[in-house]
Amino acid sequence: MTSAFTSEPVKGAELPPPKTEIGVWGWLYHNLFSTWYNSLLTVLSVLLLYWLIPPFVEWAFIKADWVGDSREACSREGACWVFIKVWFGQLMYGRYPIEMRWRINIAYVILAVSILSLFIPKFRHKHWVGLFLFIGFPVIAYFLFVGDSFGLEYVETTRWGGLFLTLVIGILGIVGSLPFGIVLALGRRSEMPVIRTLSVAFIELWRGVPLITVLFMSSVMFPLFMPEGVNFDKLARAIGGVMLFSSAYMAEVVRGGLQGIPKGQYEAAKALGLGYWRMMGLIVMPQALRIVIPGIVSTFIGVFKDTTLVLIIGLFDFLGMSQAAITNVNWLGFSTESYVFTAVGFWIFCFGMSRYSMAVERKMHVAYKK
Amino acid sequence: MVSSEPEKTRFWYNQKVRSIAVQALVLLAIIGFFAFIIINTSQNMKAHGIASGFGFLEQTAGFSISQTLIDYEEADSYGRAFWIGLLNTILISAIGIVFATIIGFFIGIARLSSNWLISRTATAYIEILRNVPLLLQILFWYISVLRALPRTKQSFSLFDTFFLNVRGLYLPKPIFEEGFANILYALLATFVLIIFLTRWAHKRQELTGQQFPVFISSLGLLIVLLLGAAALSGFPMTWDYAVLKGFNFRGGLRVMPEFVAMLFALSLYTAAFIGEIVRAGIMAVSKGQTEASYALGLHPGQTLRLVVIPQALRVIVPPLTSQYLNLTKNSSLAVAIAYPDLVHVFAGTALMQTGQAVEILGITMACYLSLSLFISLLMNWYNRAIALKEK
Amino acid sequence: MATQSAIKTIYQPNDENAILMENVHKWFGSFHVLKDINLTVRKQHKIVICGPSGSGKSTLIRCINRLEEHQQGKIFVDGIELTNNLKQIDRIRSEVGMVFQQFNLFPHLTALENLALAPIWVRKLSKAEAEEQAMKYLERVQIPEQAHKYPGQLSGGQQQRVAIARSLCMNPKIMLFDEPTSALDPEMIKEVLDVMVELAESGMTMIVVTHEMGFARTVADQMIFMDEGELIEQNTPHEFFNNPQNDRTKLFLSQILQH
Repeated sequence: MTSAFTSEPVKGAELPPPKTEIGVWGWLYHNLFSTWYNSLLTVLSVLLLYWLIPPFVEWAFIKADWVGDSREACSREGACWVFIKVWFGQLMYGRYPIEMRWRINIAYVILAVSILSLFIPKFRHKHWVGLFLFIGFPVIAYFLFVGDSFGLEYVETTRWGGLFLTLVIGILGIVGSLPFGIVLALGRRSEMPVIRTLSVAFIELWRGVPLITVLFMSSVMFPLFMPEGVNFDKLARAIGGVMLFSSAYMAEVVRGGLQGIPKGQYEAAKALGLGYWRMMGLIVMPQALRIVIPGIVSTFIGVFKDTTLVLIIGLFDFLGMSQAAITNVNWLGFSTESYVFTAVGFWIFCFGMSRYSMAVERKMHVAYKK
Repeated sequence: MVSSEPEKTRFWYNQKVRSIAVQALVLLAIIGFFAFIIINTSQNMKAHGIASGFGFLEQTAGFSISQTLIDYEEADSYGRAFWIGLLNTILISAIGIVFATIIGFFIGIARLSSNWLISRTATAYIEILRNVPLLLQILFWYISVLRALPRTKQSFSLFDTFFLNVRGLYLPKPIFEEGFANILYALLATFVLIIFLTRWAHKRQELTGQQFPVFISSLGLLIVLLLGAAALSGFPMTWDYAVLKGFNFRGGLRVMPEFVAMLFALSLYTAAFIGEIVRAGIMAVSKGQTEASYALGLHPGQTLRLVVIPQALRVIVPPLTSQYLNLTKNSSLAVAIAYPDLVHVFAGTALMQTGQAVEILGITMACYLSLSLFISLLMNWYNRAIALKEK
Repeated sequence: MATQSAIKTIYQPNDENAILMENVHKWFGSFHVLKDINLTVRKQHKIVICGPSGSGKSTLIRCINRLEEHQQGKIFVDGIELTNNLKQIDRIRSEVGMVFQQFNLFPHLTALENLALAPIWVRKLSKAEAEEQAMKYLERVQIPEQAHKYPGQLSGGQQQRVAIARSLCMNPKIMLFDEPTSALDPEMIKEVLDVMVELAESGMTMIVVTHEMGFARTVADQMIFMDEGELIEQNTPHEFFNNPQNDRTKLFLSQILQH
């Protein structure tokens, strides 16, 4: 029997790794050329990228026109960013009077400062800031944007537009849908049959139809619903439609979180003598909402992208404004520039939000593991 | 103080009473709300001279529609126009679903590729497409791409058979001649044969263990029988090619640019979401499963078919269905570029002409709603059928 | 066949060795996981490999059925050399059974279907034959009554016994065990070890990565201690436990035998 035991360090144990395992070659081998079909795929995708990226870079940067302030500045060999430069103000603020744009900017600054303060780890009054964002800020913003009081001039909502309007609809839709969605989710899990049935009907109704029909409803049907003489602003109706629609989706997200809370939590809360609302508000909801942050954020992203639909009912949001710019008779033929710019704008917001939710998710994963 | 009598509780502290009271109140509020709306609406409609009821469906529509799958003329009724719109919605949704699924699976698998370049390209595709509003993508394809195509004279052409220009995409149109029915019969016969073949092969494997190359032989059967039938009946199908005559193409099958733009935008956008779903589904099957399968001596192909796909599908199918639903609902954005779908034809043109907003939007929403409910019923049934059994 | 003749010059297929590893090296990136492994496993012998986590034990046995690819050296299994030749990999895999730490049963199939899958598709048995054989092995691991349950409905110990039976259904000549009891609750370890002891007594060639030293003393012909990718010590169980030679082995044994 072979009883060869080796207690001495083996010869050749300190061999260097083969070339296919380390360094640039190792990386290239493992990631791009490990088999013949992998190499083929690599070549094909390089060709595809070569066909896509250099022409785009050439169009968007190398041959693009950057200086000037009129159509004559466009050489038409590449993108004409002068177009965006000229229309930038309207793309951002719509037809809001130029000399009053500072009102919007102030709101932006307040919003940015309060959101940034939430990211300061040592800052202790975050819940106050949160409360301010949900209640105080909308009130301040309302008076700033609409005016007609505190010596501010009145600006009709028909003059609102551009990215500003997109943010107004998006943020209000989001802010409104969360509390309403929570109520609906609780309703759907309620033990009272009437409440449950009504919640289910409401949720499934809005989730079952396209947003555009809801917006049509708000613009065509809603005036019929109101008594003679009662008239709501078109923008307010659209925002209402977006809120109703997205609250149904939010309700389903929150319900998912509620289902993830173990029964023991409810029982423990009841054993402590908490009533229904205290149990939900203090014990269940905080946990449920934390679990579904990623779901909430992706609903937010959906709402934000969906705000573009308001252009179909004649509001000039970011996309609507860019649509208006390209159909302006003096500036025909710059649709690609306009869409690329608008797309980049939307992309930054949506991508940023999705990255944020991924970061939260990762952090939660770690917290739960421990 | 000791009291043997139970404390007299006021009736509104009784849990049951309270629950009933709350429900009754809510119900009353809802009924009141609806009554308010209904009364206002009927008054408003009277005041504006808007008709009510569904009689308008019989009336002459009087507008033309640019794409009709079944015969339609201006003299036809609103009811007929409704069907045209619904069919167009179904057409764009069905074709969009097919393309989105193919591209989506491709993207999802590419994201999992061990090839760095492929997986990164797929990731970039997903991150770009799904973070830009669909409406913007539709407008981009329609206005920046298809509207910028050359005029008829300078059409792009492929093999002088397919033509693409600003007026749309021209394809050869199949013309069925007498005897084409034979081919259909042959096709039917082949399908029956293939079903029997599959059953027979399955039975034989169960009984004797011998395997039979069902896929290859079915394919062979299909080709041989179809070609045979076609040859016997003298190749009863010809293609009507689009030909440039004067300023325009004659013949062929014209696909309107609105359709092409919708198809591009819907399928590319939805494919980004499907790609993520497919990736997650495949990732959900742990590496241990493939390793165990390999260790048992199963080939990669068998491992995929018998172990990975059955498990991945459980994860993929439910969210995939909801993407299909989303695509169908999103097809309503067609109204922005005037593709004549249900919303454009019915909730757009017909509504403007008749003013019967309540009925028309009601019918339109009911269409989408019943589709959604049908699919979610199907989905619940499927989920229950395939759920993994656990303790 | 060039490869076949090449094998014969080094190694006689019909001699008593089930596995032969010669100067085997493996790297994960620049990390040297297996360093110059030389190992001979005779037919019907039982080898138990132990060592601290990350020492390369699992990688070593996963190289034997090509779940991992070695980059230098030679591995022969039952006289067949492991190369990139897919046919040979298939042959080796159908002769080598493997049991995993995490059981890896197929959750969408019943216990019986788990057992019958590979015999039907690889050995090309009829369904009836495959199921008959599957029932035989389920009886051997003493859970015939669980045949129609799904893995999710079984306890960990039962799942691992099904997994062992699943491998046995392919009539392997060699069985590899990768920490088969590490994921089990303590009360279930014994039922799995009992099955393994019974299997050992039947004369199966086995390579077992485990820290169950009681099991090792009972069945092992050879003990191997691995650390940092090297085979540090190899000996009979008696010598290995009573008279370890290497300091690292001593330290490891003192740690593991304390509790």
